[in-house]
Amino acid sequence: MLELALGIILGGCAVGAGLAMIAGVGPGIGEGNAVAKACEAIGRQPECKGDVTSTMITGCVIAETTGLYGLVIAILLIFVAPRQFVNILMESIGK
Amino acid sequence: MNTKSRRFKTVDILLLAGAILPLLAVMTLKVLTTPASEGISITGAMIYFTIPMPLQDLPITEAQLNSWAVMLTILFLCLYLTHGLALRPGTKRQLVAEWIVEKCQNMVNTNMGEYFKSFAPFIAAIMGLSALSSLSSLLGLFAPTSDINVVAGWAILVFGLITYYKLKAGPLHYLKGFTEPVPVLLPMNIISEAATPVSMSFRHYGNILSGSIISALLAAAFGGLSNLLLGWLPGVLGDFPLLRIGVPAVLSLYFDIFSSGLQAFIFATLTMMYISGGFPQSEFEARKAKREAKKRAKLKAKTAKAEQ
Repeated sequence: MLELALGIILGGCAVGAGLAMIAGVGPGIGEGNAVAKACEAIGRQPECKGDVTSTMITGCVIAETTGLYGLVIAILLIFVAPRQFVNILMESIGK
Repeated sequence: MNTKSRRFKTVDILLLAGAILPLLAVMTLKVLTTPASEGISITGAMIYFTIPMPLQDLPITEAQLNSWAVMLTILFLCLYLTHGLALRPGTKRQLVAEWIVEKCQNMVNTNMGEYFKSFAPFIAAIMGLSALSSLSSLLGLFAPTSDINVVAGWAILVFGLITYYKLKAGPLHYLKGFTEPVPVLLPMNIISEAATPVSMSFRHYGNILSGSIISALLAAAFGGLSNLLLGWLPGVLGDFPLLRIGVPAVLSLYFDIFSSGLQAFIFATLTMMYISGGFPQSEFEARKAKREAKKRAKLKAKTAKAEQ
């Protein structure tokens, strides 16, 4: 029974980490849009290249934040959470 | 300027040693305390020792020691660069120092405006510390910026500055800002205000940490692959992870060098934007005009009184 519980905990953590990384989709689309628009802008006004690039990088990094939240949660789920959950389980059983 | 005195040279060597020795010291400490292990190990910062404190034990971790070493390195590098300043630049290092200062002042002036120009040293310090901390992973050290505690410390400092400047623009104005555009959004505004330091620290730490994790995983994968492909070779050749040479270095170029420079730049840019956004230049100028108008009116009244 204990093996089953441990298996569910570890598997749940791994699946959760994988699901958390779905958060990477949004920033990918958003940054792609931002870069595409920046390329258009540079094509239209090549003299503004420096300004457009720095603004684009700042915007991209801000758009990336949500993806990074997902990444941090995935990292926590893989490297930190299993031990914590197993400890909680052991405590509740009383071992 | 070729006739540098012996004293000048000795101080130079001492300063350079002061810049290099802290990094060497933490590297030695790392080599001595890391247990030999097979395969990959992805762990957090190692705890060297803990100091007992009344509320909670204070752990002194690898990340803290490394960031102190980086701070010492930056301090001694700055001292080295500014050693022997002259009115007419005679040394290359003075040109480098002047270039750095000029770039920082330019950046702060264009991003924050005239009113915040005294922020240049602070921004330069944050940028230098962040960049060198992340780059210290090139020496095989645990990069302090891949520990959230270090970055969260900086982000909380910046958050304090933002709040200070928002309050400086008017406490009532600051409180009123939470109920805009409609008062129903008050909880949302409070959350988004609190999310500022969280997002700043998560962004920096997530980028650096994910880079190091991906590098470690790739190194392990290439080791396994070369074991699989070349394991049949006799002797040392079979054990040697040949595929680990080369490819991880290209990725390290992105994750260690480009990413750390970019994250340092981003952290500094966001700091500048948030701080100058709390007390915008236009507001500052409007107040200045108001104050001057008041002064002028007072002066007028005074002269009118004197004429009477």
